[in-house]
Amino acid sequence: MQTKRMTFPGRWLPYALLAPQVVITLIFFIWPASQALYQSLLREDAFGLRTTFVGLENFVRLFGDPLYLNSMKVTLIFSLGTTLLSMSLALLLAVTVNRMIRSRSSYTTLLVWPYAIAPAIAGVLWWFIFNPSIGIVPYLLDMLGYRWNHRTSGGDAMLLVIIAAAWKQISYNVLFFLAGLQSIPQSLIEAAAIDGASPLKRFWTIVFPLLSPTTFFLLVVNVVYAMFDTFGVIHATTSGGPSQATNILVYKVYADGFVGLNLGSSAAQSVILMAIVIALTVVQFRFIERRVNY
Amino acid sequence: MASITLEGLKKSYDGKIQAVKGIDLEVADGEFIVLVGPSGCGKSTLLRMVAGLETISQGELRIGERRVNDLEPAERDIAMVFQNYALYPHMTVFDNLAYGLKNRGFKRHDIERRVADTARMLEIETFLTRKPRQLSGGQRQRVAMGRALVREPAAFLLDEPLSNLDAKLRVQMRVEIKQLQRRLKTTSLYVTHDQLEAMTLGDRLVVLNQGQIEQVGTPMEIYTRPATMFVATFIGSPAMNMLPVDYLKERGANGVLDNLPQGTDIVGVRPDDMRMQAPAQPHLVVESTLELLEAAGAESHLYVRLAGSEQPTVIRTSGQPPVAEGETLRFHVIRDALHPFNRDTGQRTDC
Repeated sequence: MQTKRMTFPGRWLPYALLAPQVVITLIFFIWPASQALYQSLLREDAFGLRTTFVGLENFVRLFGDPLYLNSMKVTLIFSLGTTLLSMSLALLLAVTVNRMIRSRSSYTTLLVWPYAIAPAIAGVLWWFIFNPSIGIVPYLLDMLGYRWNHRTSGGDAMLLVIIAAAWKQISYNVLFFLAGLQSIPQSLIEAAAIDGASPLKRFWTIVFPLLSPTTFFLLVVNVVYAMFDTFGVIHATTSGGPSQATNILVYKVYADGFVGLNLGSSAAQSVILMAIVIALTVVQFRFIERRVNY
Repeated sequence: MASITLEGLKKSYDGKIQAVKGIDLEVADGEFIVLVGPSGCGKSTLLRMVAGLETISQGELRIGERRVNDLEPAERDIAMVFQNYALYPHMTVFDNLAYGLKNRGFKRHDIERRVADTARMLEIETFLTRKPRQLSGGQRQRVAMGRALVREPAAFLLDEPLSNLDAKLRVQMRVEIKQLQRRLKTTSLYVTHDQLEAMTLGDRLVVLNQGQIEQVGTPMEIYTRPATMFVATFIGSPAMNMLPVDYLKERGANGVLDNLPQGTDIVGVRPDDMRMQAPAQPHLVVESTLELLEAAGAESHLYVRLAGSEQPTVIRTSGQPPVAEGETLRFHVIRDALHPFNRDTGQRTDC
């Protein structure tokens, strides 16, 4: 590929052109991040009157805190559950949509709608559907003999937030899977058909392996989404309860910092989250750039 | 090994657009048939119908004694070579060849033996462990052939398998395909738009135009006695010249045109049959101006404009004739070199 090289006259013009981006990055990313980093080394009383430097004590405490370790476990279950549910449903939808000919474009347009809904609204929506007193699903489940109550049952609550969070992400995944499916040459599938592979076998031995770059990309994106962008969903449905059952890391940062007013611990937790994001980003760039596999 | 029978095969889309308009063809066991025609003539659609990749709208298709209209591609006992090869990019060459055998439940050591035999025959043993992207175009082509051969199917279907190769490799692979087919004697259907490939490969050619068969015959039959004006101009390069009879008579026909068959109003003359030297037999004389001389080494193509006519005409001579562009030239055509046609029906008039 040929890149056009452009040189600017003078010394200041390039810096001036870069400046807006640099200023935005500094004010909205670097400054808060460094504040969090600094804050994580301090302990502050609830009224904000006294601040003491405590070094890494906030971190040490966190890793000794059973509530924090529980939150890590909850986050792991939640993000894996959300990712698996949204990706497998999305793949199923994408494969079926891919078979449609006439109605494909209008159908995909409709599929995208949930993605445009704010997480909090999605949360409220599912909160209504699963509301133990007025919701339709608990009513139906009751007829089957299951008493749904995510206010008392941790398992129910986890299932609810996973469904709500996954639902919002499905449309995004469908679009990517659909694009991935359409980039697989039809002749490969025809060749496999002539080679005697059943439709299901064709899917698992030809289509799915060729889809792996898309799958891997979506895996990272979905894990990141489940870990960091689901605050609204949790807040609107369970608020982390019952008894910490859905208190994922991002939600705990908020709850400890702004509800519990333990700013030092909250800051330390966000630093840990920052480290996780950085690690995931590195994984994504390393492997996505190589386009994996074949 | 099997014959293939096509009876009134039709393909229409949405009941309106007719891609294939009723094809009757009998392919004998072990025969190499080439389907040739311009793009959009329905030749690939026809091949895909035989393969089972397109449904048959009407008519009957038999492979061997079996009616296969409603069978899945896998059940038809055919193998296909695709234009873009369609090798599985995530599998090694070995796995590409073995895939069809595995799906059919062959034993492990049978698979290994068959793949090894095929690889030896096609000289691809040294890269069995490589992935398709690590191969050159010619090697990929061989692997695609290998994937078809390894199953020992009743029939081969080849969809323009050489069109992605460069000119030199194409000639080489053309020869190899021909030799391979002679040795294996597998019934083959080969689709191409390249008339040279068609002439050199096929035991018989099927010339298709707009979803219909124009002519079926051996390459030489088709070359020497084209049944329609379409075949006459499509097969042979440069294309056959079409000269109106009225025009030739005006210019003085010397009685050569006196006993043409009923209904003849246009005659075809191959570029080679327009001679610069006057022959001993009675002949036509055509006067023309040389507009362009194409020297291709062993032969030359003379693009001329006939005197008193706008008709573009091509003449082929061997070597390089001592003529210059803009010069007036006389060409001589004997009676036997004329292919009589009727312009309205497009059919040959002397059969």
